[in-house]
Formats: sequence, C-alpha cells, structure tokens
Amino acid sequence: MGRKNWLILLGAAIFIAAFPWLVAQFKAISHYVDVMVFAGIFSLVCLGLSLLMGYAGQISLAQAAFFGIGAYASGILTTKFGFNSLVAMAAGMTISGAIAWLVGVPSLRLKGHYLAMATMGFGVIVNIVLAEEVNWTGGPSGMADIPPFRIGTFTIDGEIAWYYAVWAVVFCALIFCFHILHSRVGRALRAIHEEERAAESMGVPTARYKVRIFVLSAVFAALAGSLYAHYVACVNPSSFNLMWSIRFMLMVMVGGMHSLWGAIVGTVLMTFVGNEWLQVFAELEILVYGAILLIVALFLPGGIVSLVPGRIFRRKAPEATLAEGAGS
Amino acid sequence: MLVVKSVHTYYGNIHALKGVSLHVRKGEIVTLVGANGAGKSTLVNTICGMAKPSRGSIEFNDRAIEGLPPETIVRRGIALVPEGRQIFSAMSVEANLLMGGYIHRKNPGQVREDMDRFYGIFPILKQRKGQLAGTLSGGEQQMLAISRALMSRPDLLVLDEPSMGLAPLVTREIFAIIRELKEQGRTILLIEQNARAALKVADRGYVLEIGKVILEGEGPELLEHREVKRAYLGKGAKQIWEA
Repeated sequence: MGRKNWLILLGAAIFIAAFPWLVAQFKAISHYVDVMVFAGIFSLVCLGLSLLMGYAGQISLAQAAFFGIGAYASGILTTKFGFNSLVAMAAGMTISGAIAWLVGVPSLRLKGHYLAMATMGFGVIVNIVLAEEVNWTGGPSGMADIPPFRIGTFTIDGEIAWYYAVWAVVFCALIFCFHILHSRVGRALRAIHEEERAAESMGVPTARYKVRIFVLSAVFAALAGSLYAHYVACVNPSSFNLMWSIRFMLMVMVGGMHSLWGAIVGTVLMTFVGNEWLQVFAELEILVYGAILLIVALFLPGGIVSLVPGRIFRRKAPEATLAEGAGS
Repeated sequence: MLVVKSVHTYYGNIHALKGVSLHVRKGEIVTLVGANGAGKSTLVNTICGMAKPSRGSIEFNDRAIEGLPPETIVRRGIALVPEGRQIFSAMSVEANLLMGGYIHRKNPGQVREDMDRFYGIFPILKQRKGQLAGTLSGGEQQMLAISRALMSRPDLLVLDEPSMGLAPLVTREIFAIIRELKEQGRTILLIEQNARAALKVADRGYVLEIGKVILEGEGPELLEHREVKRAYLGKGAKQIWEA
C-alpha cells in the first residue's frame, strides 16, 4: 500500500484514539463512544461489502444474514457448549465463508446480478431459521446472557475497552484489504472491474475471483457479528433481516463504493444517522433511508469521498474517466 | 496450428456463423476480411472462448479447445488483442503489461524481461510507464494492447480490428508493427475491415459474408479477385460493370 494511504491511516488512527477523550469533554455527547463501537462493528461488514460492490461489481443482500450467522454462532457455542470466545468466533467465520462459497459458486458463474437474487432469498431463509429454531436460537425473542469476550484471562469489559478493541480490529482489516488490493490479486480485481472481457482474455479466472471476494465479505460479516453478539450480550433475529442488509449497502454507497475509506466514512455517518439523529422520524425512518439512497444515486454516485478535493481518496484521474467514456 | 472446422455459433437468436472452416499454419499471417455483421467478431469470440459454438470443432496445437473458458484458452497459447483495444485505462501502463503476463505468475523474472523488451521496442511506453493507460493516444494504446497480449508468450496472436478508430497515419504505423511481428516469425490471425491493408500484409486470407466463408486464397491473389474488389475495395468497380 502506498505512502498516501499510510498517512491517511495514521491520521484516522490518531482521530479514533483521541475520540473518547474528545467526546468526554461534552456531557451531551459522551455516549457517542457507544455509537462508535457499533460503527466500528458495522465498518467490518461494510469493508467486505465494499470490496464486493466496488471491485467485483456484485451486490449481496445477505450481509446481515452472514452477520447473524457470526453472532448466533458465538452466542450458541459460548452459552450452550462453553466454547472459548475466540474459537466460537473462528467457527462462525468458517461456517459463514463455507455457506457463501456454496451460494456464490453457482450464482457468480452467471453474468449479471444473479448474486443479488440468490442472496436475497438466502437472507430471508436465515432469518426464518433464526426465528423458528427456538431450541437453539431462542426464537423471535432471541438469546440473552452471552458471556463477555475473553482471550485467555483477559476480558474485554466496558465501553472504552470495547471501543479500542473493535477499532483495532477495523484497522487490521483495513490494512489487510489494502494489501489485497495492492497485490497481483488486487491488480486482477481492478482489471476485472474495468474491462471484464479483456481481463478474461489475459487469463484471469473472473468467476473464481468473484467467489473469493464474496467469501471474504461473508467472513468479515461473521467476524463483525461475533463481536456484536459479545458486545450487546443479547441477540434477536430482527437485527439480521433484509432491512439491515439494505442498510449496509446504503452505508457503502453513501461513503463511496470505489474506496475502502468510503466504506468506513459512510458507515460511521450512517450509524450516527440511524442510531442518533433519525430517531425523531421513528416509523418513517425507512422513507428517509429511501430518500438518502435516491439522492446519493442521482447526485453523488461516487459517494462522500468523491467530494474530497484533489486526489486524496480517489484512484481514478479525471482524464482516465473521460477516456473510458469515449471508449465505451 | 489452428484448425476451425464447420463451426456454427448463435449470437442470441441470430445464427451468426453458419459452418465456418479455416486454418492457420505456424508462422503464417492469415487475415479474415468482411463487412460489418459478417460474423468476424463472433468468430474471434468463438475461438477465444467468449462464445460457445453450437456445432463444429476448433483444434489448436492438436487439442480440442472449443467451448473452453477464455482463461484456459490463453494458457493453451492464444492471445487476443480485443476489438477497441480494451486496455485497463485507469491502471498504469506498467500495470497493464503486468496483467498481460498474468498467467506467468510463477516466473516474475520472465515477465520483467518481456516487459523490458517491449519497452525497448516501444520507447514511448517506457516513457509513460507510470502514466494511466487511458491518457495515451489511440495509436499508443494499440501498441500497449499488442504488447500486453504478447506478454503471455502466445503461439498465436489474434488481432481483432487493430485499425478501428485510428487515423490513417496511425493505422499505417500499426500495420508496420504487424509486418515486423511477421518477420519475427509470429503466427497471427488478423481480423480487419480495412481489406486492402490486411490482404497486403497477409500470406493468406478468407472473406466472410453473412456467416460463411465465400472466398479463400493467397493474400495478393485475393487482392486481385474481382469479387473482393467489387465488394470491399471499391476500385475496379467500373471494369466489372463493363465486363
């Protein structure tokens, strides 16, 4: 990854590190640390989704389902079987990845948006299973008393500890993603994104790459789900329904789906919008989401990061975009 | 080397290729000329694996390749310079070349060496190696597309309309490159609308019309053929009228 990204990363890390201290100065917003923990957890989901949308050009409507699989795997394995938190987390990620592979292989071999349809169906199925398998999942009312996250003798406890733990994971995931994008694999992904047929005729197995990215996005979602389950200590199916999948997509789009930073910015912003600032709309919330989606799609297709002046976040130079337009 | 035997391909509902047969021998330049909609691109797509033939067979180096996916066909040794160049315009010139060597991942030294060789042949690419490929001129992009295809070290190079959208002067330059490739002993299948230039450089040629090969022969011979003159070259039409 380039020097530019390291600099932004450093800046972001300093901001994130100072954030709890900053908001502690103001009583009215001191609970923002809690909101930021959720934002960090959702960021993990959105990083994976951003790779899938921005690089593989595919849409998944099952990210909330994978998120749920991770959460319930942690919940069930730790409460009912006494698994270690880390082992339960790894199990959830493995299950999620395996399922994504099973769903992805047939639907990503076809050209077009078959993955969106397949994942929408799959997301609904997962939700039904979570609500109906009462013995395992506790049914619609969910499960409670999920033990705190323990690594050896160390327990993550309290808002501040969770905040730093979650954001440390986010930064690791971010560096991991940048590494992928700046490797040979990343170059192939960018080539697929630009000229899929030309990439194919260079020998890039496009379908296989798309499946891998989809699996990666599912694993990230499960990781986030596991953290979520341990943080809130109780889970129920309504946190993992189609609406949440759409919200994750919205977060990525608002931030800008061609940039990993966009995924983070969009997630943080939309988490605040959803958890804090939109509460006044109550039931009408979904209308506001629809409006935001429309506005972004119509007027800001590059997302918020495209507003940043210069080429700080952007990869494409304007000339390249012009040439592309002329070529197609 | 390449043997296409009575291939039928459908493009959606259109029966685009109706039993096309042709062959390319090692070291030859074979050209395929024909008007728009004659099925030239469909034939390229069928050979390179982007379209599946409904009937017929394609053999390359004595192995059947029909119906294989494009990424496998490159590994068998057929490289494509696609129609409209299709360079990766938001990637650097160097990254484009590296993508061309994608199948040689186990051999980075060779990829590096090939890249330096093309930088030697096309110094302009070396000058602009860090630049985004989309900022190159049309002719430079075509040079890049040809170099990118050759990076896979193919046995057969398929050039799909290399002169499309280029100024006449630049077209001449591209044909000079093709002539040079011929002197290096490369095997080329050249698809062109510019029948005159293509037939001049080619050893043999095929004329395709509405999905069928209607004529075949040596390049210069076809150039003199009055059907070809009438239909594709425009000149000599008068003599045909008089005859």
